[in-house]
Amino acid sequence: MSDFSVIAASKTQKWVAGILVVAYAVITLLPLLWIIATGFKSPSDAIAYPPKVLFEPTLEGYVNLFTTRTRQTAEYLAAHPPQTWYEEIVRKYDMVIAGPSRFGGRFMNSVIIGFVSTFLSVFLGTLAAYAFSRFRIPLKDDLMFFILSTRMMPPIAVAIPIFLMFRALGLSDTHAGMILLYTAVNLSLAVWLLKGFIDEIPREYEEAALIDGYTRFQAFYKVVLPQAATGIASTAIFCLIFAWNEYAFAVLLTSGTAQTAPPFIPTIIGVGGQDWPAVAAGATIFLLPVVVFTILLRKHLLRGITFGAVRK
Amino acid sequence: MAQIRIDNLRKDFGDFTAVKSSSFTIEDGEFFMLLGPSGCGKTTTLRMMAGLELPTSGEIYIDGEEVGGRRASQRDIAFVFQMFALYPHMNVRRNIGYPLRSQGASRADTRRKVEEIARLLGITDILDSPVGGLSGGDRQRVALGRAIVREPKAFFMDEPLGALDAEFREHMAEELRALHDRMGATTIYVTHDQLEAMQMGDKIVVMNHGMVEQFGVPQDLYDWPATLFVAGFLGSPPMNVLFFNGTVAEGAETLTLGGQEIAVPVTREGAKGNVALGIRPEHVHLDTEAGYRAKVIATEYLGTTQIVTLRTEHGDIKARIPSHQKVTEGETTGLRFDARKITLFNADTSQALRSAGNEGVLSLG
Repeated sequence: MSDFSVIAASKTQKWVAGILVVAYAVITLLPLLWIIATGFKSPSDAIAYPPKVLFEPTLEGYVNLFTTRTRQTAEYLAAHPPQTWYEEIVRKYDMVIAGPSRFGGRFMNSVIIGFVSTFLSVFLGTLAAYAFSRFRIPLKDDLMFFILSTRMMPPIAVAIPIFLMFRALGLSDTHAGMILLYTAVNLSLAVWLLKGFIDEIPREYEEAALIDGYTRFQAFYKVVLPQAATGIASTAIFCLIFAWNEYAFAVLLTSGTAQTAPPFIPTIIGVGGQDWPAVAAGATIFLLPVVVFTILLRKHLLRGITFGAVRK
Repeated sequence: MAQIRIDNLRKDFGDFTAVKSSSFTIEDGEFFMLLGPSGCGKTTTLRMMAGLELPTSGEIYIDGEEVGGRRASQRDIAFVFQMFALYPHMNVRRNIGYPLRSQGASRADTRRKVEEIARLLGITDILDSPVGGLSGGDRQRVALGRAIVREPKAFFMDEPLGALDAEFREHMAEELRALHDRMGATTIYVTHDQLEAMQMGDKIVVMNHGMVEQFGVPQDLYDWPATLFVAGFLGSPPMNVLFFNGTVAEGAETLTLGGQEIAVPVTREGAKGNVALGIRPEHVHLDTEAGYRAKVIATEYLGTTQIVTLRTEHGDIKARIPSHQKVTEGETTGLRFDARKITLFNADTSQALRSAGNEGVLSLG
């Protein structure tokens, strides 16, 4: 690049761009860092004003998140010395651990419902998108529009009919019900995204495979799927993020067995009110699966989120 | 190795008819060209023959067996696509070996066969490269390798050179033809390039608007076009066509054009009304003595020959004459037509009139 290039950025421009990117990242990440930090604070540090940037880290929040505790008399505490590091932590408040909290179960519910509905959305979406992309389907455009139209209102607008239907069908507070709901909501997005990706794969690949001796399904499986991997991965991330973070329907339709983590975390109560470190610890742990999933699929994501705007 | 025959093949896509009626026979070992402008139905015809589209009606026979309803994989043919369609997630070796593996060939057999093919095509050195970084010519060779490796009954090629640079295309065309001659396999080749078709083909079928216009060896098509479309499609510049209103009698040896007697091959059928006279540029001679007058409006120098554009009372006409012949723009001269090379057409139906010259050719197709 010469110093006089029209397209290459100058040094100053690169610096300005760099500073803007860093500033944006800090603004975006600050709440996240705050949550992570709060998870390691003691309850009094968490609500201190002015807020403490430097504090003595403790695992109290995490212990409280995973356990239920009861207050005991001094005699009892003296007779039963703490056996583990986490029992030691709760002794500060004259408490003993009574058992595990419900967080683990709620978290597993999120994992099951989130991943199963993501798998179903992507699986069904890929099949539908392939059919829409490759076959002559009567009223194809109308059907595609109909599929899209299910996204045109906020899902919560249909909360009451869905609530009534779920109650009538016995789906309220069941894993199957939540998986069904999230799959239904995500499927339209999945079909549209994936159709775009599959449209981009030249048909000749499959036709070559058909002539080389494969059936239509084998051609799809062995030739189209590997090439649609990028699209499938980014679609899966979008679906998982929606299902994972969904709050409104989860509050409305679940209360016990199938309750996911989002409606559960804010209800964690500690001594004398909201236990902010435990809530923050819950939020931090809740973040992890999506972060891991996204990192695993990240090499597909960059091309994925440009929606095929960049040609290979 | 196979003879392929198609009979009254038709393909409708909804309201649109891509192929109205196609019939022709490809003999065993022929290099057969399907030629026509884009949208003429040539690719659809090929795809029906290959089993990638189902015909609406009509029959396809490979070695006497009707295969119209069979899967592509059961027809034992190989297809070379314009965009090569190499599997991008596999390297060269796996691409070439893929058809064998899909038929359940063993790993060792596949390996041996792939290497043999690679030597034949001169691509041994790139066998383990990914297909992404290959040049157009190498991709084409890999695509050919994938087609050859299975030793199919026939090769189907859909504009296989269309994606290559002009300069390289020539070279690959020769390579392809040489490969065909060595293997002797029936090859059906779709192209819109008339030069490519004449250069490579044993036989050509010319299609337009879903119909077969003419079918035969390149020279017959060039010399004796069966329709006005073929006359205009083959040759560069194409055949000159002079439209006039007149009468051609059956058995006549001359006709009257602009008051001048023009000798033509003895006619076998007559026509009245709108008639057209077709003559190739190289059969038009400039002769100041000749009675049919024309004015020179442009000349184009091509090295050994020159193309002269002349204005006659029946429209513009091009003549290909030796470049040493002196021609001045603006001068008026006479035109003499080579009487043995004239084709007359019924301008209403676009069909050539039968004559002593073309009757042998027209009876074929």
